[in-house]
Amino acid sequence: LSPGCEFLFPQALMMSAQCTWRCANSLLLVALLCCILLLPAQASKSSEDIRCKCICPPYRNISGHIYNKNVSQKDCNCLHVVEPMPVPGNDVEAYCLLCECKYEERSTTTIKVIIIIYLSVVGALLLYMAFLVLVDPLIRKPDAYTQPLHNEEENEDARSLATVPTPSGARANTVLERVEGAQQRWKRQVQEQRKTVFDRHKMLS
Amino acid sequence: MDQKGYRRGSYQSSTSDEDMVEIAGASLDFSMADDDPPLDREMGGFSSYNGGGMNGTSKMMDFLEEPLPGVGTYEDFNTIDWVREKSRDRDRHREITSRSKESTWALIHSVSDAFSGWLLMLLIGLLAGSLAGLIDISAHWMTDLKEGVCLAGFWFNHEHCCWKSNTTFTDRDKCPEWKSWSQLIIGHGEGAFAYILNYFMYVMWALLFSLLAVLLVKGFAPYACGSGIPEIKTILSGFIIRGYLGKWTLIIKTITLVLAVSSGLSLGKEGPLVHVACCCGNILCHLFTKYRKNEAKRREVLSAAAAAGVSVAFGAPIGGVLFSLEEVSYYFPLKTLWRSFFAALVAAFTLRSINPFGNSRLVLFYVEFHMPWHLLELIPFILLGIFGGLWGAFFIRSNIAWCRRRKTTKLGKYPVLEVFVVTAITAVLAFPNEYTRMSTSELISELFNDCGILDSSKLCEYVNDFNSTKGDDLPDRAAGPGVYTAMWQLALALIMKVFITIFTFGMKVPSGLFIPSMAVGAIAGRLLGVGMEQLAFYHHDWVIFNGWCSQGADCITPGLYAMVGAAACLGGVTRMTVSLVVIMFELTGGLEYIVPLMAAAMTSKWVADAIGREGIYDAHIRLNGYPFLEAKEEFSHKTLAMDVMRPRRNDPPLTVITQDSMTVEDVEAIINETTYSGYPVVVSRESQRLVGFVLRRDLIISIENARKKQDGIVSTSIIYFTDHSPPLPPSSPSMLKLRSILDLSPFTVTDQTPMEIVVDIFRKLGLRQCLVTHNGKLLGIITKKDVLKHIAQLANQDPDSILFN
Repeated sequence: LSPGCEFLFPQALMMSAQCTWRCANSLLLVALLCCILLLPAQASKSSEDIRCKCICPPYRNISGHIYNKNVSQKDCNCLHVVEPMPVPGNDVEAYCLLCECKYEERSTTTIKVIIIIYLSVVGALLLYMAFLVLVDPLIRKPDAYTQPLHNEEENEDARSLATVPTPSGARANTVLERVEGAQQRWKRQVQEQRKTVFDRHKMLS
Repeated sequence: MDQKGYRRGSYQSSTSDEDMVEIAGASLDFSMADDDPPLDREMGGFSSYNGGGMNGTSKMMDFLEEPLPGVGTYEDFNTIDWVREKSRDRDRHREITSRSKESTWALIHSVSDAFSGWLLMLLIGLLAGSLAGLIDISAHWMTDLKEGVCLAGFWFNHEHCCWKSNTTFTDRDKCPEWKSWSQLIIGHGEGAFAYILNYFMYVMWALLFSLLAVLLVKGFAPYACGSGIPEIKTILSGFIIRGYLGKWTLIIKTITLVLAVSSGLSLGKEGPLVHVACCCGNILCHLFTKYRKNEAKRREVLSAAAAAGVSVAFGAPIGGVLFSLEEVSYYFPLKTLWRSFFAALVAAFTLRSINPFGNSRLVLFYVEFHMPWHLLELIPFILLGIFGGLWGAFFIRSNIAWCRRRKTTKLGKYPVLEVFVVTAITAVLAFPNEYTRMSTSELISELFNDCGILDSSKLCEYVNDFNSTKGDDLPDRAAGPGVYTAMWQLALALIMKVFITIFTFGMKVPSGLFIPSMAVGAIAGRLLGVGMEQLAFYHHDWVIFNGWCSQGADCITPGLYAMVGAAACLGGVTRMTVSLVVIMFELTGGLEYIVPLMAAAMTSKWVADAIGREGIYDAHIRLNGYPFLEAKEEFSHKTLAMDVMRPRRNDPPLTVITQDSMTVEDVEAIINETTYSGYPVVVSRESQRLVGFVLRRDLIISIENARKKQDGIVSTSIIYFTDHSPPLPPSSPSMLKLRSILDLSPFTVTDQTPMEIVVDIFRKLGLRQCLVTHNGKLLGIITKKDVLKHIAQLANQDPDSILFN
C-alpha cells in the first residue's frame, strides 16, 4: 500500500521539503487519491471469495439444508450445486423449485485493507490529540496556547493574536518553521471554529 | 491612527482558507503564496467589473492596475457577488480563447481548460465513491463489534465471518467462528449472566464510540458535526464559510460518521455523505485554477458533488442529481445537470466495484420483489401518507424546539455530556428489543423484505401449510406466534425511534436524518401491511376484498407497505417531491410501484405543508440565522424599496466616498468608524450622483499596499477613482488611484420600485446589495440582510434572528 496514505497531517509536509505550498498540496491530494484508488485494484478474487449458495427448505420428510459450492455464475443453480441430491430422480424438479440459489462474491482483501486503514487513521488521530493536549504545552513556551479541548474565553482572541506572528518581520524560511507556522494557523482556525460552534452557538446548533 | 487596530478588526480574525493569502503577511509573501501562471496576471480585466476588459490608457503608468492578490476575495461569513464572479469567468474565458489562436501551446491550454471540468467531475466521483465504500465497510464492521468478534480475522463482521462455515438450515446465523462477548469472556452464551454481560458490553462499546466521535469533532474539526445539508444549501446560495469544506473537516467527518453510526444512535449517514462529497469537491477544486479562483464556478462543482454524495448513499444516480437540483442547489445551469449526472455515475460505479455489501448492490435495503398491487390498496397508502405528513410536522416542531433550547440555555454548554447521556439512554433502551438492537439499515432491509418460504426471521413466521404449497408460490397464510411477537416489538421500536430521534438530530456528532425517518415509516407501513394481510386472510368474503383477493391467493405484500411508509415519512420531514420518488423507484428497480409512492409522497407533503411551511433543512437554516433567500416562496406584500432601504428616516445619512476629494486619512476614518461591507462612490457630496461601488476589503488591501509599496503616499494623499487625476497644486503629496477596485456598474433601483421586483432581482442575480436612487440621485442602499429582515418581519418572525451578513 502506498505510503501516501499516512500523509494526512500538516506535519507530513516535512517530507516535501523542496516544494512550495501549492506543490505540496497537490502531491498530498494525488497521493491520497492513488492510495484510495489502489484499493479496488488490489482486491483480487481469491477462490475462497466466490460461492453459490443454495437454501433448500424442508420437503416431506427431508429436513432443510444449505449447500455451498464454488462455481461460476452460470452454473449457479440447484442441479449443479445440490450434491448429493436427497430425493429420487422424479422428485428432483419439485425439490429444486423450492430451493433458492444465489451467486455471491466478496473481497476479503478489500475488507481487511479498509478496516486496517480506518483503525490506523483513528489511532493516529488519537495519538495526535494526546500529543496536543499533553506534550505540546510542555514543549512550547507557556504563553502561547492553552489546551485545545476546553471552551475558550473571549480574551484568548487578543492573546493569541498578539503572540501569533512572533517572527512577523522575518520570512519563515526553513521547512520546520513553515510547518510550525502551518500548525499555528491550523490551531487558530480550529479555535475559531470551536468558538463559533460550541461557545457562541452561531452555527450548527 | 491605530492602523493595527482597523486591520485587526476587519479580516485578521477571520480564518483563512489555506490557499487564500495570509493578509498578515500580505505585503511580504506575495511571491510565495501566489504562484498562478503568468496568464492571470496579465489580464487587466481581472478586477474590473464592466465587461470592457482593459482599463484606460493610463494603465501603463500605474503599477497599481495590476490586480493585487487578495483583491476580489471575500471575508469569512460574507456573501459572494455572483455577478462579479460570473463576469470574471467570462473575461478569463475570452482571454484564453483569444490567445489560443497565437500558439499551439495556448491552443492546448484552451482545450485542457475546457476539459478540466470533466476531469474534475471524474476525480470527484472516484474520491466520493471510495470514501463511501470505506464508510460502509467500516460502519458495518463496527456495528457488529458491539455484539461480538470474529475469531477467523477480527476485521470480519458477523455475516462475513459466517460466510465460509457450514451453517445449518435452522441456525442460519450462528457459526462457531463468531463469538459474542459473553462467549469470549465466560465461555458460554446462554443464561442470565451471559445476557447481562452482553448488555453491558453493548452499552460500553456504544458509549466508547460516541465519546470518541464527539471528542474528535471537538478537538479537530468543530464544523464536522450535524448533518451539513443546511449549511451546504447556504454555501451554494453564495455564502462563504471558510473551513467548512476543508480537508480536516473531511477527515474528521468521515471518521466520526462511522463512529456515530456504529454507536447505535438513531441517526443515518446520508446527509453527512453529502457533506463529505462536497468536501471532496471543494478540495479537488484547488487543483484547477479555473475553479480555485472563482467562487461561482466552484459552486457549480459543489452542486455536482452533492449529487454524487446522494448517489452513493442510495445507489441512485438520477435521484442524486434531482436531489441536488431540488434541495441543495440555488443556481443550477443546464451544463451542471449533465456534469452532475456524470459525477454521480462515476461515484456509483466506484462504489459498486468496491462492493461493500458483497452482492454487487450499493445499498443494504435494495428491494427485489415485483408483486402486483391493486387500486383499492391506494387507500391504506394514502393513510400512510397522512401519517408521514403528521409525523414530519411533529418531528420538525419538536426538533427545532429542542435545538433552540440547546442554543440558548445551559444545555448547550455540555456537548460531550449531552452525547454521553443520549447514547447511554439509546443503548440501554435499544438492547432488549431485537428490532432496535440491530442497525437501522438492517431493520429497514428486513422490513422491506417480502417473506419467502426460506426466510427464517420472526417477522416471517407464518403458519405454513406445506400440503398446499405449489412450487415456491406462497398462498396467504395466517400469522404465527412469531409474527404477533414481532408486531408488538415493532410497535415499541416505533415509539422509541419517534422520540429519540428528536434529541439525536443536531447533536455535536455527524448525524443524518434519512435513515431514521425511513425506519419510522417502514415500521408503520409494515404494521399496517401485516394488519391488512391478516384482514384479507380472515375475511375473504368482505366486499372490499371479494373482487381481487380470492381464497389462497397472496394479494397483499407487507414489504410494499413498508416501502411506501418509508417514502411518506421521508417526504413529510424533508418535503422532497420528485427526488424522493425517483430515489425510491431506483431502490426498487422498477416502475411498478411508482403510483403508490407518488400518492404517499404527495399526500404527506400536502398534510405536512398544511401544518408547517418549512422542511427540516429550511427550519434549521432559519434557526441558525443564515442569510438564505428562499427561492421558492413568492413575496406577496405591497411594500416599496424606500420602505426597506437604509438609511431610514431617523438614521444618519448614507456613508459615501467622493470620487476625488477625500484623503487617505478620511477614508481610513470611515473604514474605522463603520462596519459596512462596501461604500458607494459619488461625484460630490452636494450632487450625490452615483459613480460606483467599492468594497471594504478591497479598500483596506489597496490602501495598505499603497502605503507600503508606493512611495509618496501619506495620510494626506488624495484618493481618486476617476480615470485622470484631479488638478492639484504641485506641492501636494502624490495621489492614489483606486479606479481598478471600483465597480462601475452597481445595480440600482428607484425608490418607488415595488419590493416584489427587488426581491426577484436579488434572487435571480444573486446580489449582495442594491443602491436606491431618486430622480437620479443616490438615496440609500438595500442589502441582502435588509431584504431578509423585511421578509421575516412581514412573516411575523423575529427579524433580529438574521445573524450573518
